[in-house]
Amino acid sequence: MKILNSIRIVVPLILFVGLAIFLAIGLTKDPRLVPSPFIGKAAPDFNLSRLYSDSEITQGVFLSDTKSIRLLNVWASWCPECWREHGFLMQLAESGIDIIGLNYKDEDDKAKAMLDKSGNPFTAIAVDLLGKVGIDYGVYGAPETFIINNKGIILYKKVGGLNPQVWKDELLPVIQNYMSSHEKS
Amino acid sequence: MRNPKIYLFLVLFCTSFWTCSIAEEVLSFSNKDYKTRYYALLEELRCLVCQNQNLADSGAGLAEDLKKEVFTMVESGKSDAEIKSFLTLRYGDFILYKPPFTLRTLFLWLGPFILLLGAFSFLIFHIKQRQKNHNKNPALNNDEKDTLARLLAKEEDA
Repeated sequence: MKILNSIRIVVPLILFVGLAIFLAIGLTKDPRLVPSPFIGKAAPDFNLSRLYSDSEITQGVFLSDTKSIRLLNVWASWCPECWREHGFLMQLAESGIDIIGLNYKDEDDKAKAMLDKSGNPFTAIAVDLLGKVGIDYGVYGAPETFIINNKGIILYKKVGGLNPQVWKDELLPVIQNYMSSHEKS
Repeated sequence: MRNPKIYLFLVLFCTSFWTCSIAEEVLSFSNKDYKTRYYALLEELRCLVCQNQNLADSGAGLAEDLKKEVFTMVESGKSDAEIKSFLTLRYGDFILYKPPFTLRTLFLWLGPFILLLGAFSFLIFHIKQRQKNHNKNPALNNDEKDTLARLLAKEEDA
């Protein structure tokens, strides 16, 4: 009888503590975050015109061996968070990171004006006027940043603006992990 | 209302949801079946911007784009399965209001039933235990007899 009694107390207590831990962990997560099904898969094909020239740009831009990894940054002049992360993008570009821009559902004039004002961190800019390429990449808001290696595989997707903290906590580990396991390339 | 700023707040608050409000557009379909399927699909697909709305109700930019995609695909003869596959390939299972029944979502689908079963079994077990205990010792033991006597005596005095 005594053992049954202590089981009656201990088991619900354990279940409660377990549930509490489970829910507490849940509280730290963002329920609005939609995970990308593209991690580990090839970056989808696209064929768009560039912002500053008439020539076209395709996903081949990721495949050049000059860099092991590149960033694809989805941005627009109408997106306030994009303006906020722009300074940090400039820092990344200056430190040698190759950033390809996907100008998403924007207007050329306004996009150019934004870059005139805040600087141009992009080595190339693809113009996705209608957002069709965005849909192909599973974009559901701006800004979003993909880490893509030179085999064209998407390693990571960050939804939301980049800043030093996010870079250090989320993107840098992915990049370092990739670089260290691909020393020879 | 004393503070006029409250009116401003209310107006701004109400209009801030404009992107998630209903937007109607007149579409022409080549046949009735396409039209039925189109609207049925819109109800089953989630708007990823206003995540508690389906595409049918959402006026968000992305919702409009996705509605156009669905329309184009329906009109070009694609099946419901093909359209859903197109979207889940890009946005994951979250875009479907009905999560697919797979090993991963087993708990999601069966969880409530499992919990109900567990609670029900425990209840039956508990009732059976009490019945068993009651049948074992129906009479009062000596201590309980004394307590009863004392209480009854108090009752008579009061």
